[in-house]
Amino acid sequence: MDYGTLRGLVALLILALFIIIVLWSYSKKRKSSFDEVALSIFEEDLSLKKKTAQKNKARHLDTDSKQGTNNNV
Amino acid sequence: MTQSNTSAVDYNFDVVRQFTVMTVIWGIVGTLVGVLIAAQLIWPALNFDTPWLTYSRLRPLHTNAVIFAFGTSALFATSYYVVQRTCQARLFGGKLAAFTFWGWQAVIVAAVITLPLGYTSTKEYAELEWPIDILITIVWVAYAVVFFGTLIKRKVSHIYVANWFFGAFIIVIAVLHIGNSMVVPISAMKSYSIYSGAIDAMMQWWYGHNAVGFLLTAGFLGMMYYFVPKQAERPVYSYRLSIVHFWALISLYIWAGPHHLHYTALPDWVQTVGMTMSIVLFLPSWGGMINGIMTLSGAWHKLRHDPILRFLIVSLSFYGMSTFEGPMMAIKSVNALSHYTDWTVGHVHSGALGWVAMVSIGAMYHLIPVLFNQGRMYSIRLINIHFWIHTTGVVLYIVAMWISGVMQGLMWRAVNTDGTLTYSFVESLTASYPFYFIRFIGGVLIVAGFVLMAYNMFKTMGAKDGSLKPVEEV
Repeated sequence: MDYGTLRGLVALLILALFIIIVLWSYSKKRKSSFDEVALSIFEEDLSLKKKTAQKNKARHLDTDSKQGTNNNV
Repeated sequence: MTQSNTSAVDYNFDVVRQFTVMTVIWGIVGTLVGVLIAAQLIWPALNFDTPWLTYSRLRPLHTNAVIFAFGTSALFATSYYVVQRTCQARLFGGKLAAFTFWGWQAVIVAAVITLPLGYTSTKEYAELEWPIDILITIVWVAYAVVFFGTLIKRKVSHIYVANWFFGAFIIVIAVLHIGNSMVVPISAMKSYSIYSGAIDAMMQWWYGHNAVGFLLTAGFLGMMYYFVPKQAERPVYSYRLSIVHFWALISLYIWAGPHHLHYTALPDWVQTVGMTMSIVLFLPSWGGMINGIMTLSGAWHKLRHDPILRFLIVSLSFYGMSTFEGPMMAIKSVNALSHYTDWTVGHVHSGALGWVAMVSIGAMYHLIPVLFNQGRMYSIRLINIHFWIHTTGVVLYIVAMWISGVMQGLMWRAVNTDGTLTYSFVESLTASYPFYFIRFIGGVLIVAGFVLMAYNMFKTMGAKDGSLKPVEEV
């Protein structure tokens, strides 16, 4: 095979590869998992917010019981 | 202050803090040297007849300072931050991360000393002599070990797209730097390239344009894919587009170098390949820009209140503008007019000051409060002022250079009916003076903005932990 033909084949191969990448990333099957990944950068902050909220609530109830207030609510 | 309250993971934010602070410091230094040489082009006496202060020695200092000190420090800071947060793992390598910080600062100090002394390999953006090149290689390999080591020990299954861009940037810069810096040393501070003639030129621009493509583009796109969604508080417009964006961008950029060598001794077919690839490159560039800007779709009102988001989104507009301009200038017939004129300088700065600097500044303003346990920057108003003076500075700069550049191109090619040149070179230079002055004003505004940023940063760092409360959403 001469060099020109080889180069042509390599070009076709790369084009095919590109089309495969596009089809792969745009397949319906993967949409939900990609959406999850896109949201993943917020996960840590969200779970932390939830945790602090719970902690604050617990602390609040704790204080309430110590002070003996809110018992009649 | 070293304890972060953002997560259960014990992240290594020390090195991120160090690089973040140095990004702002080097931002001031780099742009200040730029303003000095811009002033020298109007008032040549400003070199004070001192060899160390001549334009020829300070110009490489300016480019090295803004690209490798300011830009690369920003990339170190953000890549170390993003890779830890998205992998939910502490940086790999322990003290190696600290080594990359001190090693990289040593490279910059070496540049600040040797370039004004006149030591240079004469290769643009690779002027540093061989001993410094070796140090760069060592630091860069350590960087790769820390970054990819962290990716390997990640606690999540998927590698977030920002890390793909950061990873490509780290690998390709290593390959380019080692490839282009192959030299035969003849003394401690002097060496000659192992390549000769047109091959040496092609190696140089394969390096040069991919420093643009992978350091100044891919790296900062990594920054964009994390900080734009974070600041906008919504996921990236299309994650699927970001995958296609990544593969298309990295497979095309590597071919575009020859457009720096149109109408030279480089074989014609290579020039044509470079031109073609540069034009095709328009597509992934705009795909990425649209992906970034459209992240804000449905939440455009945030731009009204948030100057940090404004920095990030306007940086993408400049990115879109310069990646339209670039392919156009790579077309041979356009290049015949634009090459060697101020148009090129304007193009570079719309990318560097518009895209690279603005996305970095936005990312830094997002990062500084997080790193120093605050809810926000010391002054949002100062960020807003910074945004407007920076934007005004960039617009003044690039518009002045467009006019000056096109004018130079037209004057240089003008011929009389008998075939002689209409204008001498000095006539075109004199005609450029007013535009050099406008450029100088633009530069002064940019520096002023960076100084404001430093003030805001140190005030934020100095404030009592948690005393700056986040702004409530309107």
